[in-house]
Order: sequence, then structure tokens, then C-alpha cells
Amino acid sequence: MSNIITSKDLCLWYGDNQALKNITVDIPEKSITALIGPSGCGKSTFLKTLNRMNDLIPIVRIEGEVCYENKNIYDKDIDINELRREVGMVFQKPNPFPMSIYDNVAYGPRTHGITNKAKLDEIVEKALRDAAIWDEVKDRLRKSALGLSGGQQQRLCIARALAVEPKVVLMDEPTSALDPISTSRIEDLIMQLKEKYTIIIVTHNMQQAVRISDYTAFFLLGDLIEFGETDKMFSNPKDKRTEDYITGRFG
Amino acid sequence: MNKRKIYIGIMKGAMYFCTSLTALLVLFLFGYVLIKGIPNITWELLSTKPSYLAGRIGILPDILNTIYIVIATLIVVLPLGVGAAVYLNEYALNKKVVELIEYAAETLSGIPSIIYGLVGMLLFSNNFGTSILAGALTLVIMNLPTVMRTTQESLKTVPQSYREGAFGLGAGKWRVIRTVVLPGCLDGVITGCILSIGRIIGESAALLFTAGFAHAINDFFTGLTSPGATLTVALYVYAKEEGEFAVAFAIAAILMILTLLINLSTTMVGKYFAKRRNI
Repeated sequence: MSNIITSKDLCLWYGDNQALKNITVDIPEKSITALIGPSGCGKSTFLKTLNRMNDLIPIVRIEGEVCYENKNIYDKDIDINELRREVGMVFQKPNPFPMSIYDNVAYGPRTHGITNKAKLDEIVEKALRDAAIWDEVKDRLRKSALGLSGGQQQRLCIARALAVEPKVVLMDEPTSALDPISTSRIEDLIMQLKEKYTIIIVTHNMQQAVRISDYTAFFLLGDLIEFGETDKMFSNPKDKRTEDYITGRFG
Repeated sequence: MNKRKIYIGIMKGAMYFCTSLTALLVLFLFGYVLIKGIPNITWELLSTKPSYLAGRIGILPDILNTIYIVIATLIVVLPLGVGAAVYLNEYALNKKVVELIEYAAETLSGIPSIIYGLVGMLLFSNNFGTSILAGALTLVIMNLPTVMRTTQESLKTVPQSYREGAFGLGAGKWRVIRTVVLPGCLDGVITGCILSIGRIIGESAALLFTAGFAHAINDFFTGLTSPGATLTVALYVYAKEEGEFAVAFAIAAILMILTLLINLSTTMVGKYFAKRRNI
């Protein structure tokens, strides 16, 4: 399996405060990688460097490189909009736009120039099916997305991200605002998605990391402490700090 | 114990007095204008222009001028104000400059309107002649801060998560603004718009200098380049220079009712959007 995203000596500062220190990691494609670690360890920050969402914060400074399909995404000639189409994102809090369900899913394809009605219909249905929410919303596509429950909204946001046919989907604690039943539906969904997509997911929940991920990266105070196959890391951590964290001694 | 009760009683009484005096004053003013004005509103007054030969006074030209000046002002002030607000809120990185502009806008909206009139006369009337257009441009400067500030406040209420969601799908900055941010702040734009209409209808001092006093019936484009009195200016002229108090009070009553309607619609827009937000 080849690596779709690789970072090399990636450092990031918020003003004077260094949030990531020399992160070097290779993420294999069509797998689920979990980023774990205590609050403020840099896992969400790292996730956001992968599709340059940190660009939205003016005080951020970055050194080192992040390569997506062997191309450094911090090069000057990179088309950020195209990068974000291929490396999509699902956020912690479901954030559907205040539009109809259909328009939410069609937003991305329309952004990238698809206007044909039949084509859009097809994309929307496929994305909603892939996100396992089609049956619940197929009769109310023209209704506001804000009328859905939290779990439905989050699956809608996943559908919205899938509609632009990304290769990588970044998920920033996608279930932390949801109830247990919605959480387990989304976990099932994520496990199905890895057949077609590379998933990188930030999670606070160690059981979740064990349940769904193939690889785990453990962050602590801006350092990447350990990266490896999830089963191995949780049964036989190499680093003492990893062991302390996953056995619940701090965090 | 007793002393305190008396003290409380006196203070309570004083507050009742203040409140009822305020309420009575407003009611009195409103009632007085309406009672003196409404009987003088006739169809002839509303539908004709004044004629010395026929010895008749009509305010149709003034009504038309008011409508023209509202339209002309809004056409210019809306794009400018909304554009400035979008720039300040979405693009500008230098917070110091943004604060400076906001401060300037606040100050601008506190300047007496007669000063705008004076400046407008020198800037616009000297170039375009005394005309509705010169008046409208003067009102643009007056209302720009209002439109900009209400839009800006509304932009700040559009959740950051909408922007992130759109950027995350690969939308460019302008697309994010056009499709997600601006629709989300429509209520602010409309509120600014209504407030401006209120100010335009109520403005007289700035227009005395710039828009003139003529009472001719014109179409929109001829009207723009000709001098013309709006309702408030006509009110001033009829009351102060011609002693026609019946007409003046009729106009006053019309303006009062308009103001009431404008305030009501502002409240309704606010309620409508608040409802739409939490479906």
C-alpha cells in the first residue's frame, strides 16, 4: 500500500507558540488513521495542516513539508481550492449550510463547475447513499438541512464532503457532539468508506480509535510520540508515554 | 422602618411621574399631529401639483420627489455600504485600520445633518446643479455609515463554521462570501436599508441646501436632474414661508404614519429572520 500523505519535519506556530514540532509521518492510502492525544496536543492542528485549513488563521506560520500524492501542498503553485476538493473535511460540530438538503450536497459539485441538473441529481443521490442517509432524507431533499437531527446533520456533512469525490477525508472529532447511537452509525459508515477513501480522524475516544482505525498516531504537546498499526500500538506500545496515555494514567 | 417606606413611596411616585410624562408627551405629539393633519389629507392634495392660478396646493410632486430620492440614494448606498462591510469583515487583515474606519463611521453618523448639506452643496450642487441627484448623493454620505455598520454587525453573526464548511469543500473566497456569508446576513442589509429609508424620508436640513424647492411633476430621470422638494422640505416651505399650516400638518401626519410603518417593518424583518434561523 502506498502513502498518500506524508509530512516531513512539519513545524507550526500560532504566533510565538509552537503547536507542532517536527512531525514526520507517512499515511497509507485507503486506510483509517486515528490521531489521538490529550487536549491541546496538536492533533487537530495537524489535521488542519493537511488541507491547509490553517490558512484561515492569520497568525499561523508553518515550516517543513506536507506532501499529498508526492507534491508539497505548501508550494506556491498549489491550487488550494483543488487541494481541498481532493482532501475534504468533516468538522467537529455538524455544520450544514442554512439551505435545503439537496443544495447542501450539491454545493461542492456546483463550486467545481457542475451545473447539469441530471448530473447533479445523480451525484447528490450517490453521496447521500454513500453516507448512509439517503433513505432518511430522500422524501425531503428540498427541506432545510437545519431540520435534521444532530446525527443526521453530521452524516449529511459527510455526504457533502463525499459529493466532490475527494480521495482523503479529514474528520475532526466527528462524533464528539453526538449521542451513542448516532456515533455508532457514523463509525460503521467510516469503516465502509475506507474502501474508497483514505480517512484521517481525530478522536478523543480511545475505544473509538481501537474500534475503527488501522493506524494510530499519538500526539503529546506538539510532538508525534508514536505512529503505527493500531492493534500493535494498543497491545504493545513502544513508548512509555503512549502506554501511560492509553492505559488512562493521564489525559 | 417607616422612614424607609416613605422614601420608597416617594421614589416610586417620582418614577411613575417621569414615565407617564414621557408617554403622555409622545402620545400628545402623535395625537396632535394626526388630529390636525388627517382631516386635511384630501385626494386633491395627494394627486395634484400646486397651482397659483387655481389657488390650489397639491403635494404629488413632493411625494414623487421623495420616492425618487429614496430610490436614487439606495441604489448608490447599498452596494457601497455592503461592499465596505464585506471588505472590513472578510478581507481586511489589519485590525487597527478596521477599528479606525469603524470609529470614523460612528463619528460620521453623529454629525449634524446641516453640515452634510453644506458639504453636499459645495461638492454636488455646484457640479450637478441643485437637484434631486445632488440631494441623493449627499444622503448617500449620510447613510453610508448606517448601512455599513448594520451589515457588518450582521456579518459577525454568520457562524464561522459555515465559512469553514464552504472553504473545506474547495470554494474560493468570493464564492464563500456570495453563497454562504451574504445570504446569512440578508437581515442586516434589509434592516440597514429600512433605517436608511427612514432617515431619507425624515431628512430636511441637508436637502434644503442641495435638492431645492421646486414642485414640478417629473419622471424619474428628469426628476433626478431637476430641483425638487421632498415631503419634509415641502413641510418646511408651506409652514414657514407660505403660512399654509393645514397643508403642513397634512404632510406631517403622512410622515408620521410612514415613520410608524417603517419602524414596524424593521421589527417584523427582525422577527422573520430570527424565526427562520431557528427552524
